[in-house]
Amino acid sequence: MERYTIAILVRNQFGVLNRVTSMFRRRRFNISCLTVSETESPDCSRITVLFDGEEETKQQLFNQFYKLPDVISIKELHKEDSVSCELLLIKVENTPESREEIRSAADAFDAKTVDYTREAVMMQVTGDSRRIDDFINIMRDFGILEICRTGIVSLERGSATIRNLMV
Amino acid sequence: MLLRGSDIIVKTIIEQGCDTVFGYPGGQIIDVYDSLYQYQNEIRHILTAHEQGAVHAADGYARSTGKTGVVIATSGPGATNLVTGIATAYIDSVPMIIVTGNVVREQIGSDSFQEIDITGITLPITKHNYFVDSIDMLADTIREAFEIAASGRPGPVLIDVPRDVQMEEFEYEPKPPVIPGGRIPAKDIRIEPAAECINQCKRPFIYYGGGLISSGAQEEMFELAELIDAPIGCSMMGISGVPSDHPRFLGMQGMHGHYASTMSMHSADCIIALGVRFNDRVTGNRAKFATRSKIIHIDIEGAELSKTTNDTHKLRGDIKMTLQKLIPLIQKKEHPEWQERVAAFKEKEKETLDCREGMTPRNIIHTLNRYKNNNTPVATDVGQHQMWSAQNLEFASARRFISSGGLGTMGFGMGAAIGAQIATGERSVLVTGDGSFAMSMNELATAVTYKVPMVIMIMNNGVLGMVRQWQTLFYDKHYSATVLNRQTDFVKLAEAFGGAGMCVTTLEELETALQKAFVYEGPFIIDCRIDKDECVFPMLPPGGSMDDIIVKAGN
Repeated sequence: MERYTIAILVRNQFGVLNRVTSMFRRRRFNISCLTVSETESPDCSRITVLFDGEEETKQQLFNQFYKLPDVISIKELHKEDSVSCELLLIKVENTPESREEIRSAADAFDAKTVDYTREAVMMQVTGDSRRIDDFINIMRDFGILEICRTGIVSLERGSATIRNLMV
Repeated sequence: MLLRGSDIIVKTIIEQGCDTVFGYPGGQIIDVYDSLYQYQNEIRHILTAHEQGAVHAADGYARSTGKTGVVIATSGPGATNLVTGIATAYIDSVPMIIVTGNVVREQIGSDSFQEIDITGITLPITKHNYFVDSIDMLADTIREAFEIAASGRPGPVLIDVPRDVQMEEFEYEPKPPVIPGGRIPAKDIRIEPAAECINQCKRPFIYYGGGLISSGAQEEMFELAELIDAPIGCSMMGISGVPSDHPRFLGMQGMHGHYASTMSMHSADCIIALGVRFNDRVTGNRAKFATRSKIIHIDIEGAELSKTTNDTHKLRGDIKMTLQKLIPLIQKKEHPEWQERVAAFKEKEKETLDCREGMTPRNIIHTLNRYKNNNTPVATDVGQHQMWSAQNLEFASARRFISSGGLGTMGFGMGAAIGAQIATGERSVLVTGDGSFAMSMNELATAVTYKVPMVIMIMNNGVLGMVRQWQTLFYDKHYSATVLNRQTDFVKLAEAFGGAGMCVTTLEELETALQKAFVYEGPFIIDCRIDKDECVFPMLPPGGSMDDIIVKAGN
């Protein structure tokens, strides 16, 4: 089983996210992460998914997406020639005993403190998913109150764009 | 010209070349019905007894002509009653436009009376669907829907229009009918290695399905078959695509397919698949399917290539255009040894045929063959009668066998036969079972109202035969819920609706009934009494492979 990062450019229309996720559900495609956002063009939205599966299943996923009239183009983004990152908000308990250790871990990860009270500290971290996972693991020792992560966004390096490959 | 939204809907449907729509009125579509009244000289509306009958009729209209079928219904239950028919059309790639009314925009999302999220419900069973939010998009949305429905691999497209959009006025400008797109040949770099593969094979087999009929590629297929000396088989959706008596044609494949066709495909070293889905009813156990064979798969739908099989060569493109590019690359070959093997399979098939005399399913269908003509559309429902029809009906021209293949919809036939009759002007035939017919016999009313000449042959065995057959073979004869202790008198039923009928128990009576039925101006039921233990053979057990084939009863 491999993990693939797939970017899908869709017509920015009401219900289009539902069409895309409905496809995942009814064909039993295994999605671990999905983000959706507006793009450089108001007519288009961009969906980034992390998909776990075999090569043939990935091909099926591509084929099934080409069937949706709202899908403009689909591209697999390979790790070596793309940049991926996500954003994490994490809230941990703030105690006199843990305060110093939290600060040094935060420094190591370039985490930004975005909210600070006597009881809790909220930090913001960006980076690839591995880095986010690592930071969360370290924070477990200090009592995580809640976390929220955006899911990954991804763009190809260089001048290539998803529009180079129109359906 | 300034028109109401409802007028724009009807005018655009007319503009797109549609002459007949099927449907059922209701509160949220009443404006469209007012427009249908106004334009009744330009478009005909057929009122059915139930929305499901209307959608199957639009389907039969489309399957028998290749044109896009149109069905209209109201919101809520009107829309949900269409669902089975839309799904039937979707899986069999039938071009269809569905127009539903909905509550006014202000009430959408508030659970109003007869409000339903039909675009949500039909998301997985339409090629695309629309909720028309604003009148300025209405005409172009309908045009785009017609284009999508008929382009590439055809399919149903639904347009949901809130009532206030139907009532609003907007400028309408007629436009020429859309031209369906997506018909391009496969890429040369795909065609060349496939041609090489065909040139090297020794036991070629051509397997075609509904996609070949959509593409109209029969001539090219025959040319290829002659060049490479290949026998031809088809999926159930391919029946009537080529003349039944064509010397290279071995008939239908699969679970209840012809023995020679199934065995030849299994023994081939190269399967040239044209417009097929390799459904489980054809492949049986996928792991054991065509393991010794290369598969060259041509389909306009890329998602069908290697979906269930491991295709050696995947050619995405229009079949006719792709074959036209492929054929010049093919060397003429003869394969006498292969033809001998195929001939041996045909001999074996002859030995296993049901040769009993009297009211056997095979004899009934063969008798029907003598009465219908080359243009008679024959619809079926789903079950044993469908398989007996698929195995034994003879056809001379395409689009004359109309049957629910992918979804297997009992109750499909009555509406479909009405739609096919209205579309072609030919007397239609419905071969059905007593189970299936009971699901849609209300449409007898429609056939009587519109004086639809149709012959309804009910293979009446008093049981749900196909499920019962499985219970006989695989469930120790536990006949759970398959014995119909009904007392329906189908002749009286026909008469009650305003049609006519006869009950037949012998082939002689059947002849008399068919003589009457084929001149009757309306629906004529022939209640054919057959034995409840009749089975469909050959049979590949579900999930089995060719080695498990049951050729006839008792082996």
